Amino acid sequence: MNSSRTDARIGFIAFNTFREAVRDRVLYNLIAFALLLSGSAILVGEISIDIERLVVVNLGLTAVSIFGVVIAIFIGIGLVSKEMDKRTLYTVLSRPVRRWEFIVGKFFGLTGTLIVNTLFMAIGVLLALLYTAHRFEKMDVWVMVAVYFIVLQFLIVCALALFFSSFSTPLMSAVFTFALFIIGSLAEDLRGFARITHGAGGVLATAIAYLVPNFSALNVISQVAHGDSVPGRLILYNTLYALLYSTMVISGAVLIFQRRNLK
Amino acid sequence: MNATRRVNVATAALLLFSMTGAVALLYAIDHLQRKAPAQDALYINSPNVLRRMSLGYSGLLADIYWTRAVQYFGEQHHKGSGDFRLLAPLLEVTTGLDPRLLPAYQFGANFLAPKPPAGAGLPGSALSLMKYGIEHNPQQWRLYYNLGFLYYTELKDYARAEEAFAQGAKLPDTNAFMPILAAQMAQHAGEFDTARMLWFTTYQSTKDPNIRENAVGHLQALRVDEDVTRLEELVAKYRQQTGHPPTSMADLEHAGFIHGTPTDPKGHAYKLMPGGRIEVQDPQNIFFITKGLRPGATTPQPPPVRKADAK
Repeated sequence: MNSSRTDARIGFIAFNTFREAVRDRVLYNLIAFALLLSGSAILVGEISIDIERLVVVNLGLTAVSIFGVVIAIFIGIGLVSKEMDKRTLYTVLSRPVRRWEFIVGKFFGLTGTLIVNTLFMAIGVLLALLYTAHRFEKMDVWVMVAVYFIVLQFLIVCALALFFSSFSTPLMSAVFTFALFIIGSLAEDLRGFARITHGAGGVLATAIAYLVPNFSALNVISQVAHGDSVPGRLILYNTLYALLYSTMVISGAVLIFQRRNLK
Repeated sequence: MNATRRVNVATAALLLFSMTGAVALLYAIDHLQRKAPAQDALYINSPNVLRRMSLGYSGLLADIYWTRAVQYFGEQHHKGSGDFRLLAPLLEVTTGLDPRLLPAYQFGANFLAPKPPAGAGLPGSALSLMKYGIEHNPQQWRLYYNLGFLYYTELKDYARAEEAFAQGAKLPDTNAFMPILAAQMAQHAGEFDTARMLWFTTYQSTKDPNIRENAVGHLQALRVDEDVTRLEELVAKYRQQTGHPPTSMADLEHAGFIHGTPTDPKGHAYKLMPGGRIEVQDPQNIFFITKGLRPGATTPQPPPVRKADAK
């Protein structure tokens, strides 16, 4: 009974977050720009030799990933601070809504928004692929896996944006989240660097390398562009990793928000 | 325990659990990707294109490519693969992005030129890399040294080696061995001494553990080659004096040619074989030796590095 009420409250906050996010005009501009870029991939593919599919997949999925990250950061950073500025947060929390429910609801609302956006952008990429090849091929399944990995990437970015938003200003949250996205995209090199570093520096480098989000394993765009398959175990591990990492970050956000003085 | 505290404790536990799980999974992902078939590729191998793409942060990009080159070499070596086809382009991109990154040139001199499995077997690429380095760092004696080293060890071109060492010797900040090496090249004299000096200077002038280990291996091999040459000369001299070959090392000792039982760098006594040849006891343990081997045996090469060494 109690847990169903909690679910309802989280669902309500998530739905409202989603509704508010899709009202934002900037969101549509970004999606339109991403779709335009996917479409322009057809043009780029035509003026190059024998790499039409490669360009469509590379450019299309890169646009989906980058614009998705921009959307996640853009919306995520203001989720808490905007509610505080408009003083709507106090109204929400004065009702029987717990602080952790508010954070978790916001997270689900934001990821829901991103999943819907990704769906539209992915359809754009698939249409561009269809236009280029005139039919879908077996290897296009792996393009969908790459899109799935991009969604997992957004899950982590949303969690990070919300985490920073729970204690920092929107500008600083954007800087921190974007910096972590860049570091996380170089995570493989970072772990390689940690492997060749010895002593206390090596321990520190290893700890950092394993704690920053690993976006590099979630990026298989160039692999699928060449028609290479993605191992099933990597799909499983990446799914679990993204879920656990987002849980970790959202837990951190809840712990901070629980202690935050909102007066 | 009140409700807020209960939430805090549960959330902290969830945070720790998910953190542990995420780290364990990342480890598994790394393991999986290492096991996956090699998909090493260098999609952009033009330093100029990369420099433009780096938006001015070419130094950072050079450091990343340099780390990638070292990792690539370590991984290939670890796998026991003699295929180092990406090493030359990786080093070219690295030095193209940051022409002052001296360790990359030294690494190239040591591992680009030697034949597989010790290196990439590309002396031409190694020479081009050194010349590019000298062009951009004309005051660095190490680059002239590396160039001379390549001409001497890989190409046996004494005249060019002498020229490189002599140019390096003229620099205000140089190494004391440079003029000696130039003179030795000019005379073509003292092969063992020259080679020893070269590998010793290589060892001294780097902090890279791969290069140092390689230099130590070559220094040990030089000692064996020199010992075997000297002992075989003594066996011939003994035969000349007595009219028959020695049957053991003790014969040489009784004749006053040696003092005590000569041993190799690993502490094993050299074996006197019928016919007067000298062999090492455990040839697979001393790499790069060209003498002291069984007839028909090839020069032993280092095995793939252990995982810990590859780090």
